[in-house]
Amino acid sequence: MFHHKSLTLINLIIMQNEKPKFKAIADHALLITFSDVFSEAVHSQVVALDNSITLDPPQGLIETVPAIVNLLVTFDPLITDHLCLEKSILNNIKNMTNNSSKGTERIVHVCYEEGFSRDLETVSKACGLSKEAVINAHLNENYNVLMYGFSPGYAYLSGVPKDIQVPRKISAVRDIDAGSVIIAGSQCLVTTLKMPTGWSIIGRSPTLILTDDLENPFLFNVGDTVNFKRIDLGTFEKMNKASNYV
Amino acid sequence: MSDVEFSISFAGPLVTFQDIGRPGNMRYGVSASGPMDIVSFEAANAVLGNDTKQTAIEISLGGLILQCHEGSITLAITGGDFLIEYQGQKISSWTVLTLQKGERLSVRAGKSGSWAYLAFSGKLNVKDWLNSSSTHSTSGFGGGVLKTGQKFTLTDASNQENRIGPILKPNFYTNDLIHAVLGPQDQYFMNTAIKIFSNSIFKVSDNYDRMGMQLTGPKLELKSALSIPSEPVVKGSIQVSGDGIPTILLADHQTTGGYPKIATVISSDINRLVQFRSNQSVKFVLINSNEALQKTRKFLDMKEKYLEKLSISRGTLEQRLMSENLIGGIEFNS
Repeated sequence: MFHHKSLTLINLIIMQNEKPKFKAIADHALLITFSDVFSEAVHSQVVALDNSITLDPPQGLIETVPAIVNLLVTFDPLITDHLCLEKSILNNIKNMTNNSSKGTERIVHVCYEEGFSRDLETVSKACGLSKEAVINAHLNENYNVLMYGFSPGYAYLSGVPKDIQVPRKISAVRDIDAGSVIIAGSQCLVTTLKMPTGWSIIGRSPTLILTDDLENPFLFNVGDTVNFKRIDLGTFEKMNKASNYV
Repeated sequence: MSDVEFSISFAGPLVTFQDIGRPGNMRYGVSASGPMDIVSFEAANAVLGNDTKQTAIEISLGGLILQCHEGSITLAITGGDFLIEYQGQKISSWTVLTLQKGERLSVRAGKSGSWAYLAFSGKLNVKDWLNSSSTHSTSGFGGGVLKTGQKFTLTDASNQENRIGPILKPNFYTNDLIHAVLGPQDQYFMNTAIKIFSNSIFKVSDNYDRMGMQLTGPKLELKSALSIPSEPVVKGSIQVSGDGIPTILLADHQTTGGYPKIATVISSDINRLVQFRSNQSVKFVLINSNEALQKTRKFLDMKEKYLEKLSISRGTLEQRLMSENLIGGIEFNS
């Protein structure tokens, strides 16, 4: 499955912009940076290279870590070195268009009931919208999995519409339950642990990001598309019983 | 082969079950975890003839006191210079002994070092997460944190009288300098900051746990108040916050972060670095990535040979006395 729009973008950027920068990290890693600033096109290059390396891993590869503008590649220093790996990855980049594919579409259920959305009112006031309008704006967008970070299973989703973008709070609030749907700026996240957060809590999801399935232990891959689907309290409770976060 | 049960009479904070770690999941926000000091961890397993990757207990400066309730088992203690109390005797760490039913073992902070390792001649019954028992300290996933009052069990326990006694310490990492490679975000720093980084002496602050080690010392100035997109980090990344304070990321680090990294400690030096204590001096030496690679290759080669040597059983007591006699008894004093 090829996604022609982003393919064209990737080609354009590779042809017109500077080449990706390679930087050696210590004795066991390479960082490949496509740009200093985020754009969807830059991120799709990161994802395309990540896919390409996963499909055709060079000797000595340990893991790849996609982020917003760059890809980390770690390796076994007994098997390969920075230069060998750079050469092999340059090849991947040259042939990247053949490997890039669109991510999988994922559904995340979310309940916006009062007990689960302590910041919905603040967000609605800050944005001059009704609570229902904030919820609808949140639901009507396709989100893109940018990267994981912070804690196991914390996937940063881009795509919060401008109308409901709010900055991070000045200080974090402690002990926010796992499964909270939180937003800050253009990003949205579904938490997997009880943790402090400075983001605004607008709902709760029974959908497990840490799936407990050893074959596919995490719901998303970087590059996947996420859609939120609204559920009521009854449905939440039924679905939540079936899931079992630690 | 039998079953053994221990109760935890006392456990300080951050005493955890660890195996060699779970690499390969950083893309999902999961650092590899595993032992802070891999060499000491592997040595404790090797000296018992275990698979060097198998689960052991990592003991923090908080210490650990265990009581053996059922069975008997041979165990090994390595790592920092911790104080061991066993059967009314005070002995130093880097030792193998057998604990019998009703006996107590205490491992407490000693003169130096931050982490000790307790490996067993048997299999610890602990929880796995993503095929590894390593405890990720901030989430608690994996084998978990040891808590006062809890119990744990082992299966396939054995007594190995032929392995009892002091353990040969590794002699290939006595140097105090910490080697690091510049970057990957050195371009965000003032030139003076890079000079300061490589010419100054920093100190380990109290802010040190399995996630990272914050340092005190001169400030490392950034070019401008900046916000860079979050980038992947590795164990050993030296990230510098807006106030110029460096933190070295360690076993349970976050996998991405928005602070620029001035340099990265080479993997083979992290095992030494983590044994430093608060207020101890840290001096960095910048080398290039090729030098780093050569150093690590040499280190891994020496480590393999060392572990191989440890894993060979010393034989019966008589055989051991004889061999120690032949080599003048100096082998275990290093």
